[in-house]
Amino acid sequence: MKFPFSGVQVLCAATLLGAGALLAGCASIANGVAVVGETAGVITPQQGDSLRKVGDAVEKTFADITPEQEYYLGRAVGATIVHKFKVYDNEAATRYINVLGQTLAAASERPETFGGWHFLILDSDEINAFAAPGGFVFVSRGMLRLCKTEDDLAAVLAHEVGHVELQHALRAIKGSRLTSALTTLALESAKSLGGEALAQVTEAFEGSITDISGTLMNSGYARKQERQSDEVAIRVLKSVGYDPYALTRVLTEMQKHLEPGGHDFAATHPPPQDRVKDLKTMLGKTPAVEIPAVRTARFQKALAGI
Amino acid sequence: MKQLLWSVLFVSLLAVPAMARETPMNVQIRSAPLRSGSSFLSPLVTTLDYGARVMTVDAKNGWYYVRTADGKLGWLHQSALTTKKVVMQSGASDVSATASGQELALAGKGFNSTVEADFKKKNADIDFTWIDRMEKIKVSAADMVDFLREGQVQPSR
Repeated sequence: MKFPFSGVQVLCAATLLGAGALLAGCASIANGVAVVGETAGVITPQQGDSLRKVGDAVEKTFADITPEQEYYLGRAVGATIVHKFKVYDNEAATRYINVLGQTLAAASERPETFGGWHFLILDSDEINAFAAPGGFVFVSRGMLRLCKTEDDLAAVLAHEVGHVELQHALRAIKGSRLTSALTTLALESAKSLGGEALAQVTEAFEGSITDISGTLMNSGYARKQERQSDEVAIRVLKSVGYDPYALTRVLTEMQKHLEPGGHDFAATHPPPQDRVKDLKTMLGKTPAVEIPAVRTARFQKALAGI
Repeated sequence: MKQLLWSVLFVSLLAVPAMARETPMNVQIRSAPLRSGSSFLSPLVTTLDYGARVMTVDAKNGWYYVRTADGKLGWLHQSALTTKKVVMQSGASDVSATASGQELALAGKGFNSTVEADFKKKNADIDFTWIDRMEKIKVSAADMVDFLREGQVQPSR
């Protein structure tokens, strides 16, 4: 997943060494940071040497937050979501959405995340669903009540799977957060990460959690990202065998229930009718899937208390 | 002599495609299921740890047919693998060694358990209990197969 800035910009913006002004030229940034660091006595010549080499690599590879890092971001974003919304503690219902959700995720283009896919129900009447990085997905009771069939619920979950597959949450992190984290990391090895360096990385981590949580719960993704996730949802629904038209049905139902100016889905998503219009084009002449009664029966049983 | 050179060149040309097929890759997730087929519903051969190195033998629809270090063969989804070297132990020497090879996927680097612990210290009101609980919910391939069958969910052709 590429971020819209390069490693050169990252290192240009480096402030860890307080040497930003000296680096204005940015001709050979990694080398510059290393030299300045050595001269200032902040880093050893050995670390400087590492940094020169790291600098070259950072330019090419920094855009890749590793699945492990994505997992830790996801855990903290998830904990932040659960801090705001209570969890609906119902074992049968939670098990049901996990079996369904994990089956859908297995059919995505990103079936394997560092810590696996996990789903939880939020005890909230608001119509909401959130996908934290790495595959931690949260759906509100309000959203579940909109779903009339397993296929409807599959559509909601598959859309959230889409956000994780496309790593939309990671794109919400401001570049400056990673700048300081990556600069620190270029200097410090994982084991020796302590004191000042740890504080720097934790600050970047906290900032990233704020950026992601803010996007998920307040500002929302861009319409283009919602459309991309809808495309993933259709692909996943078709490949597993659920009715791809379920997404259209849920959105139409949502349209009836959303309160204009509300804090839930209405605030963080494009108007459902716009997405329905886009879906019509996406679906084209795709045949609908007939939903057997047995499937809807188990859906109703599993979510009886919702 | 000339003939020998040509035959060496010829043999090395022949060898190239085989070499290109067998590429080393590394497991980039905590635990990767190696399966007997290129599907999530295929039986499990074994589970590979984070950082495990495999040789890819074949590739199909987002899946790699791989050989493990101890000679087991099976399929891994591409999302479980990276061409970057996953360095498990850390230290300045590792950083320079991997960086020079443009391989900077250092396991445990950056946002890790130490950073999470530090985050928790500063944000005592943010409770991770439910996150730990949700991570314990496991769904096996057999569970998925049963679920799809019982719900009469048929993959589209």
